Amino acid sequence: MKLIKQTGLITFLLGLTFFIGTIFTGSFNLTQPELDTFIKEKGYKSEIIKDELSKAIVTDEALNIFQFSSRVINAYETSNNHYDALIAKYDSEKNWDAKGKQFQYKISGKPHSISFELAKKSGKGFAADNTGWAWFLTFGLGIIGALMFIVPDIILLGKPGIKNDGIFLSAVTNRGWIGWFTFIFLVTFYILLYFYPDFIVNWVYLVDPISKSLSGNPSGQWFLYGFLYCTVMTVMAVRMYIKYRHNKYQILRTTSVLFFQIVFAFLIPEILVRFQMPWYDFKNAFPLDYDFFFRWNLEELLASGAFGLFILVWGVVLTIVVVPVMVYFFGKRWYCSWVCGCGGLAETLGDPYRQNSSKTLLSWRVERIVIHSVLVFVLVMTGFALYTFFTQESQVLGIKTQTIQDIYGFLIGAIFAGVIGTGFYPIFGNRVWCRFGCPLAAYLGFVQRFKSRFRITTNGGQCISCGNCSTYCEQGIDVRAYAQKGENIVRSSCVGCGICSAVCPRGVLKLENGPEEGRINPTEILLGNDVDLMDLMNKK
Amino acid sequence: MEHIVIIGNGISGVTAARHIRKNSDHKITIVSAETKYFFSRTALMYVYMGHMKFEHTQPYENWFWEKNRISLKEGFVAKVNTDKKQLDFTNGETLSFDRLIIATGSKSNKFGWPGQDLEGTLGMYHKQDLEKLEKYAPDNKTCNRAVIVGGGLIGIELAEMLRSRKIPVTFLVREDSFWNGVLPAQESAMINEHIKEHHIDLRLSTNLKEIKSDENGRVKSIIIEETGEEIPCNVVGLTAGVTPNIDFLKESGIKLGRGVKVNRFLETNIPNIYAIGDCAEQHEAIGQRRNIEAVWYTGRMMGETLAQTICGNKTAYKPGHWFNSAKFLDIEYQTYGWVFSERGKQENEAYFQWQHPTDNKCITISFDKNTKKFLGINTFGIRMRHEVFDKWLTENKSVEYVLEFLADANFDPEFFKLHEAEIVAKFNQENNTNIQLKKKSWKRIFSI
Repeated sequence: MKLIKQTGLITFLLGLTFFIGTIFTGSFNLTQPELDTFIKEKGYKSEIIKDELSKAIVTDEALNIFQFSSRVINAYETSNNHYDALIAKYDSEKNWDAKGKQFQYKISGKPHSISFELAKKSGKGFAADNTGWAWFLTFGLGIIGALMFIVPDIILLGKPGIKNDGIFLSAVTNRGWIGWFTFIFLVTFYILLYFYPDFIVNWVYLVDPISKSLSGNPSGQWFLYGFLYCTVMTVMAVRMYIKYRHNKYQILRTTSVLFFQIVFAFLIPEILVRFQMPWYDFKNAFPLDYDFFFRWNLEELLASGAFGLFILVWGVVLTIVVVPVMVYFFGKRWYCSWVCGCGGLAETLGDPYRQNSSKTLLSWRVERIVIHSVLVFVLVMTGFALYTFFTQESQVLGIKTQTIQDIYGFLIGAIFAGVIGTGFYPIFGNRVWCRFGCPLAAYLGFVQRFKSRFRITTNGGQCISCGNCSTYCEQGIDVRAYAQKGENIVRSSCVGCGICSAVCPRGVLKLENGPEEGRINPTEILLGNDVDLMDLMNKK
Repeated sequence: MEHIVIIGNGISGVTAARHIRKNSDHKITIVSAETKYFFSRTALMYVYMGHMKFEHTQPYENWFWEKNRISLKEGFVAKVNTDKKQLDFTNGETLSFDRLIIATGSKSNKFGWPGQDLEGTLGMYHKQDLEKLEKYAPDNKTCNRAVIVGGGLIGIELAEMLRSRKIPVTFLVREDSFWNGVLPAQESAMINEHIKEHHIDLRLSTNLKEIKSDENGRVKSIIIEETGEEIPCNVVGLTAGVTPNIDFLKESGIKLGRGVKVNRFLETNIPNIYAIGDCAEQHEAIGQRRNIEAVWYTGRMMGETLAQTICGNKTAYKPGHWFNSAKFLDIEYQTYGWVFSERGKQENEAYFQWQHPTDNKCITISFDKNTKKFLGINTFGIRMRHEVFDKWLTENKSVEYVLEFLADANFDPEFFKLHEAEIVAKFNQENNTNIQLKKKSWKRIFSI
């Protein structure tokens, strides 16, 4: 068994090495006709860009992706700089007519995204030409290796039951050197994915055939991400199934998040695209889905006929009816731990790191300020977006809606939700985003705290203050602080993962949807002392 | 404002301190030689097993004590001077008090076995025991085998700890079945099996004769009394129960028995000196309880009670219905009310027992043969709701009532398989009754 596990680890690392190595393979250059087609498709009016791109990338040289990217970006900058100079010149000459004409020649868009588009058309080599083999050596070996590493735990972990042995003695799970390496890898991955997609164009080739078979389109970086997300979740869900095989709540919950990720977040949207419908994830509720009310989305939905309208109505109903009603009956866990994709990754890939979330009072204070600020931010931004949409003006109170949207997209959508949210798993625990950043979690939390039947019940006076519950709470709740007082845990941040109940060695905690009355039960004296004592306390 | 000094920062002492602070403005000092900050003793095992770090066992952050004006003093009390109302420390320091709370807990029993103090022997009670274990048994290369002597809760926890690092364990138990002085035979047998399934070499009806030393004064092997067999080992865990940790009080004039003698108000024979927790000994037992109860929960309750007295609300220690819990490797155990083992069974006591055919789950309900009054329940592998049993015991419900409403008492996580129907069916069959299981009702549960 141990041998299988070790072989699995080596296989996985081999797959990972190939995966990383793939970035550096292949060559990128275009033929003149290919470039011409591209420019025509794009409808560039600049006269310079064609020359510049021809000089840069129509070549026999075997450019690697980094050279290719820098050349492309240079070409765009040269072109844009040229027109910027003209604009400045006409501006100083007060030749407004000529100045105005120059703007149409400027090319907008993120340089690395344009570079990605060009690279995607031009790549040759290992990943682009032998996709099947390349997929096997990267994804394939990774999956096989990971499963070989995980599955022997059925036997190695011993009898079913909570087995957290050695978690704080391992460099993987105790912020040791492996944890830090994982952190660096994940952060780098997200930075590349969000900001330098052209650098990982070779990875995108790996999933091209899958993308074509689903939506009919070649893959982009977000398809790659979606596929990788589902793969990682599936493999790590196997780990969850084995680790918590004695616990039906965990098994059902894992199955549920896996189902919603694969079907709702991945397959349905891709299939919608195949039928020429808008890409839409039916479970992704506003304000987590922060661009739902952005102009481009509303316009796209309105242009898609009855189906677009249905999505529009569903999105609104989901947020203002389904979410609060479900939270009232089941707590926010129905979403955060049973449906949400972010939660899904946190509960599968992130499970080995859950014990690293900080439980200090300080982090609780920070958490409340930050998460509610994000909620306010998203609401203000949405207000701007809707105002802009209905009035057709581009700014509110002198602030451009687009600017606000860009800031949110960069700071919250990319940096917080992606780079920090997942990248920081190994160091700050697996729910950094859900805990500190997610505006939907903040909204669900309000309902859960003030109007819900959900609570974690403390079993009378049975708590021994051992601290397993607090240690393994991914949301950083000091569960023990309540349990040792005999109080139910009613907190807005609780996502109802149920691990506190699972790790409790005394059967003290139970996730429950009970009557609202008596849900919050501050206790003076714990159960166990004679009732007389309580009377005395009450008389005081 | 008086100066309240508490010796011992375990659950009893700290609970007392917290409740005194809640209800008064007294000056409070907690004295401990073991650690500076309070930690949960019951969680020490998880530190060795790597489930937690030591800091996770501390229920309060380190700033808590200063913020709540509870002074912490590290030091070992050599003597209590009751006349001068002063503590003398081993390093010569002194500390005066207006009232003193003795909450020094227990130490591991040693029964005069030859070699019991050799290097490599340890109990599993203090933080220092954990440090010793890390020293002598960090892995199965340093420690080829460990022997545990004494078949109680601490013994099985120590066995679990060592097994988590793949160290072979021989477990010597004096009784012919694990903990059968406390557990009914059905439960005890199930635990025996479970211990063996975890590759622990369980030796029942086996006593320790002596511990042998190598040339460096370290444990080399042990000899078994019955067979004379020698078992080579590097660590010997002595877990045959605990006794009150009160040696330093011998010349203080405080009346001692096995523990510090206290009345129902937890007062000793000296005014303004009290004892709580494991080290307190009641003059007369309360109900069916023992005079000394080395149980986490009772320590906590005594702390709560004494804090009332100290804050001017003189309160007797009157523990409610007995309850306890433990975990035997993967099997959780809870008990409410009294279920005595066959050995200690009362004359009027009858059992109803149910066991799952394959899983490690079973229950024993004890009831009065004549009146059918429900006396207590042991559950293994099934969680039960404390409030519900507490209420049923107070209201003297019958065993039939308990079975009829058993669904109200289940506390297992959602979606877990429920067994109430099978349990009730078995009871009906054995007792010729026709009890119909009622569906769980929040109304009943919350009408407490």
